[in-house]
Amino acid sequence: MGKRVGMEVSIAAAEAVKQANVDVISAYPITPQTHVVEHLSELVANGEMDAEFFCVESEHSALSVCLGSSATGARSFTCTSSQGLALMSEITYIASALRLPIVMIIANRTLSAPINIWNDHSDVMSIRDCGWIQFFAENGQDVYDHVFIAYRLGEDRNVLLPVIINMDGFTLSHVIEPIELIDQEKIDQFLPPYKPVLSLHPDRPVTMGGIALPGIFTETKKAQEVAIRSSMPKILETWKAFGEMTGRYYHPIETYKAEDAETLLVTMGSFGETASAAVDKMREDGRSVGLVKIRLWRPFPFDAFKDACLNAKQLVVIDRAISVGACGPVASELKAALYEGHQRPSIYNFVAGLGGRDVAPSDFIKMVDKAEIEIEEGNKEGFEIYGVRE
Amino acid sequence: MTKPELEWTWKELPLGTTMLEPGNSDQYRTGDWKTLKPVLNKELCIHCGLCYIFCPDMSYNLSEEGYFIVDLFYCKGCGICAKECPTGAITMVLEEEEK
Amino acid sequence: MTENLNVFAVRTLTQKEYFAPGHRACQGCAEALAIRLVCKALGRNIIIASATGCMEVVSTPIPFTAWRVPWFHVAFENAAAVASGIKSALKVLMRKGRIPSKKIVTLAMAGDGGTADIGLQALSGALERNDDFIYICTDNEAYMNTGIQRSSSTPFGASTTTSPAGKVKMGQVTWKKNMPAIAAAHNIPYVATACPSYPIDLIQKVKKAADIEGAAYIHILSVCPTGWRSAPELSIKLGRLAVETGIFPLYEVERGQYRLNIDFPNLKSIKEYIKLQGRFRHLTDEMIEEIERRTHQEYEKLRAKAGKGA
Repeated sequence: MGKRVGMEVSIAAAEAVKQANVDVISAYPITPQTHVVEHLSELVANGEMDAEFFCVESEHSALSVCLGSSATGARSFTCTSSQGLALMSEITYIASALRLPIVMIIANRTLSAPINIWNDHSDVMSIRDCGWIQFFAENGQDVYDHVFIAYRLGEDRNVLLPVIINMDGFTLSHVIEPIELIDQEKIDQFLPPYKPVLSLHPDRPVTMGGIALPGIFTETKKAQEVAIRSSMPKILETWKAFGEMTGRYYHPIETYKAEDAETLLVTMGSFGETASAAVDKMREDGRSVGLVKIRLWRPFPFDAFKDACLNAKQLVVIDRAISVGACGPVASELKAALYEGHQRPSIYNFVAGLGGRDVAPSDFIKMVDKAEIEIEEGNKEGFEIYGVRE
Repeated sequence: MTKPELEWTWKELPLGTTMLEPGNSDQYRTGDWKTLKPVLNKELCIHCGLCYIFCPDMSYNLSEEGYFIVDLFYCKGCGICAKECPTGAITMVLEEEEK
Repeated sequence: MTENLNVFAVRTLTQKEYFAPGHRACQGCAEALAIRLVCKALGRNIIIASATGCMEVVSTPIPFTAWRVPWFHVAFENAAAVASGIKSALKVLMRKGRIPSKKIVTLAMAGDGGTADIGLQALSGALERNDDFIYICTDNEAYMNTGIQRSSSTPFGASTTTSPAGKVKMGQVTWKKNMPAIAAAHNIPYVATACPSYPIDLIQKVKKAADIEGAAYIHILSVCPTGWRSAPELSIKLGRLAVETGIFPLYEVERGQYRLNIDFPNLKSIKEYIKLQGRFRHLTDEMIEEIERRTHQEYEKLRAKAGKGA
């Protein structure tokens, strides 16, 4: 057992970046990511961390700097939210196609308009297709742990993909949680220095980022696609190795009291902990309700998800982002996952917690109640935004 | 020899579309773009090297004799060398079609 | 006859080419020549971060590359940011002993669009941080690669596809953005203008920039026969005329000190420069007079800054 400390999750994230021996950090401030980069700049300024810390002039440049430094062989990190992520989004696609193992923490915050600095997942949903491996953290320990997992996974010679760790803005980033810190020697063993397969250096001149004409472009995308799909075994392997080191084992889909449940709540991110309190209450009342938590968002774990829902009759999917004009992004994904199965549960989709609106355990219970009624009345594939004042 | 674009399978592509053979564009014949080609009159040449330094296609090479000789494999026939030659030693002539 | 005495040192230059032939630039492309000369000046120990543009496209059609040095292209507006990233990685990797310490020059290369327009933010950031790199802007005075659209670097009156010479509006209505002045305003140690028609001068400036610690900005005029509608063989002559008419003076700003590299007592008439380019074919006499007046005005300002005021 390492040292257990109460600390703000943003600070824990920054401490993880320090312990991961990151070489280059580029920073542009945006609420609610600011505490991460502020703490990192303090660590570098005090000599507690040996890294190049850069204040850049926009998020677009923040990620561009990381691409330059990662391509040269340095372990690189940046952190952003919301509008910043939207601004750098063109570069996220490039980072993945060029196979640069950058790690980015996103302090999830909604996208304008209207401008709102609080938590929901719409920022990261806008880059679903960018080709990064994407995790959702449920609590502070997750965030801290996944920095090491992300670098080891991303830098694996058979993976070489950038990784996003989603941390709910304010809801997670600004709360104080108990974090078990890992000893530096253990981390150094788990995460050796980055050894790039290809890098920019005059001794071996390579050209990165050329133009692909129509005759060859499809092949380049196939190569990228295969890379992200075949990262799944490595993701599981890395989680296993991490578990062996710390006793904390992570999985693509995690369940809570779900084995015999007829109704399953499905959440992603910090909703998971709140929903499990709701599940406890509902179980006390004798209801057959369980919880499925999605931890791995990309590559989407279709098989693991199907296994988790084997016996359920209905799923109540809680999205924390809205895909305006369609249903929630997670619900869409799940419907695709379950389409082929001969046993398809009903799916009721709620969009809740937009723009940082609080969702309490009682809200989850109300959502399950509503979903059960709607499904009984024949509204099998419903969708609604929860809690709108009419 | 680098395979042409349409013969590459996805498995053969290097990591992240990186190109590993520096300067392999030198396998590509831009010489068939030209209509006019430069012709050198050695008697007028003063070996100044302007034709060499001003060529955007690196088509001039110093020969053992000390003259700068054009490589028609790359030369696009722009005519800069003929224009800039201080003694008029280079003239642009119509290139006959090679059968 | 050439009037540039420097050219007689051509044979002392290295024969090595770090920018290979077989690239797909147009006939007579002075931008390709500029890139060739920059690479000649610096040798093999460099890393280039390139913006999207003519040079990027003509030099790297997968699977062929004209680069014999490490080269990286990410996007259009971030050459300076990517170069900053490369430089910082080299710094930290050498400090931590993961790569051997040696001098590797980092360059950012972009066209006028990728510098004065969309790339201005990233450039300004890198210059403000005084990152140790050389920023090379190859200015062909429009968005040539996408089909000759105007940029803020397009000179007044020039006809481009988005500032065409029509019946109501006749070409570019604004004056060329003074990028070297913007770079100099960041108080970086070295700013220079250069032109491939003066190859030794260009090479010397690039070498000087490489030896400077801190940011250096070099603005290179790149004649584009395709976009300027000029004959390909005139690319060097036009570059020379640009300098001799005062349209593109060659100067340096070293730690705030201006130095005019060639000072002409009598500038040649603008007409000599303009008449060779189809993009100026529609100019009226009034417009030509205005251009000349303003060119001379700016030239005098520059002379004054260089301590040569009348």
